[in-house]
Amino acid sequence: MTTPSQTVGPFFGYALPYDGGPDLVPGWRTDAIRLHGRVLDGAGDPVPDAIVEIWQPDGDGGIPRRQGALRREDDAFSGFGRCPTDLDGRYHFTTVRPGAVGDGSAPYIAVQVFMRGLLRQVFTRLYFPEDTAAHAADPVLNEVPADRRATLVAAAEGERTYRFDIHMQGEQETVFFAF
Amino acid sequence: MTHPPYLSPAYKSTVLRAPSRELVLPKLGPDSVELTSPVFGHAELGALDNDLTKQHSGEPLGERIIVTGRLLDSTGRPVPGALVEVWQANAAGRYAHLRDQHPAPLDPNFTGAGRALTDAQGRYEFVTIKPGAYPWRNHDNAWRPAHIHFSVFGTAFTQRLVTQMYFPGDPLFAHDPIFQSIPDEKARRRLVSRFDLDTTVPEWALGYQFDIVLGQTPTEDA
Repeated sequence: MTTPSQTVGPFFGYALPYDGGPDLVPGWRTDAIRLHGRVLDGAGDPVPDAIVEIWQPDGDGGIPRRQGALRREDDAFSGFGRCPTDLDGRYHFTTVRPGAVGDGSAPYIAVQVFMRGLLRQVFTRLYFPEDTAAHAADPVLNEVPADRRATLVAAAEGERTYRFDIHMQGEQETVFFAF
Repeated sequence: MTHPPYLSPAYKSTVLRAPSRELVLPKLGPDSVELTSPVFGHAELGALDNDLTKQHSGEPLGERIIVTGRLLDSTGRPVPGALVEVWQANAAGRYAHLRDQHPAPLDPNFTGAGRALTDAQGRYEFVTIKPGAYPWRNHDNAWRPAHIHFSVFGTAFTQRLVTQMYFPGDPLFAHDPIFQSIPDEKARRRLVSRFDLDTTVPEWALGYQFDIVLGQTPTEDA
């Protein structure tokens, strides 16, 4: 008998964030990339009380199976990241580009978002814009209505920086998965 | 349906934040990334992280309680080594959060945040104080029943669960749109902890039990 979900509420800020939470690798690593974006509500306004979590394989598609998701060793890769949004709804992560894992799957980062006003988290995926050919073959992307697939693909923004906005509602509503 | 629907208009903040389009359920379900979970170890937690009454120089005010329970998967098997995070208001119903404007006193000896890892039997334990009810602005004269926020990891990233543990017999249940957002009455009751004489320590603290059962993924309709 599954325990039901409840909202994370507005007051998680002194409990869930932790030092180094947004850094899956240290920024000095040559393969480090920066991900950032905003969480926006149905009126297009920023959501200042959301918390974004990501989970991903390393650059070779290896999924971390060792302890250290919360407190990673200096130059290691934790695979897990957590970042609360600021007053402008912004979040950011420092990580590496993930390798592909499954047969025929394009590389992606698993993303969950919690916020006040959300009674259960939403699940989405962040894909990378350079992987067009892999996207065409990706079994999950192919089940997403074609006109909504772009909501799952981050935008390249200069050297090693990607932007991924999460729209809870509206024309550009991000695709969320029923996991 | 176990979980509340995203759109639950009596809880006003859901109106602009609930996804409005149909969720996508891939035929193959989540894949190997989403079916694994971050791994946490004892070295990553502080020794007193699960005792919220010992994080300052003095004892916090309020009714000392011991909250224990088991983390189980959907087949009833314990989930060991899982990270459980909690946060809560103090005995007066005030969160140690800058944006909590409730004119109730802060307690210099209570922050109200804790962490624990489940043991080999899936058990966790927190020592804390019973949180107070507090007002919010959802509607006129709105009060939240006393609760402790829980965040848990399972063995799959898709099993992540954030929820709230309530206390038995709270008169505010009937008036709380967050608790009532769960459509099924039996499912709601699973969020109410049980007073437990066995874990109550004489002359020291009351025991409450709260087991957490993670869902299958994709979400089942239990």
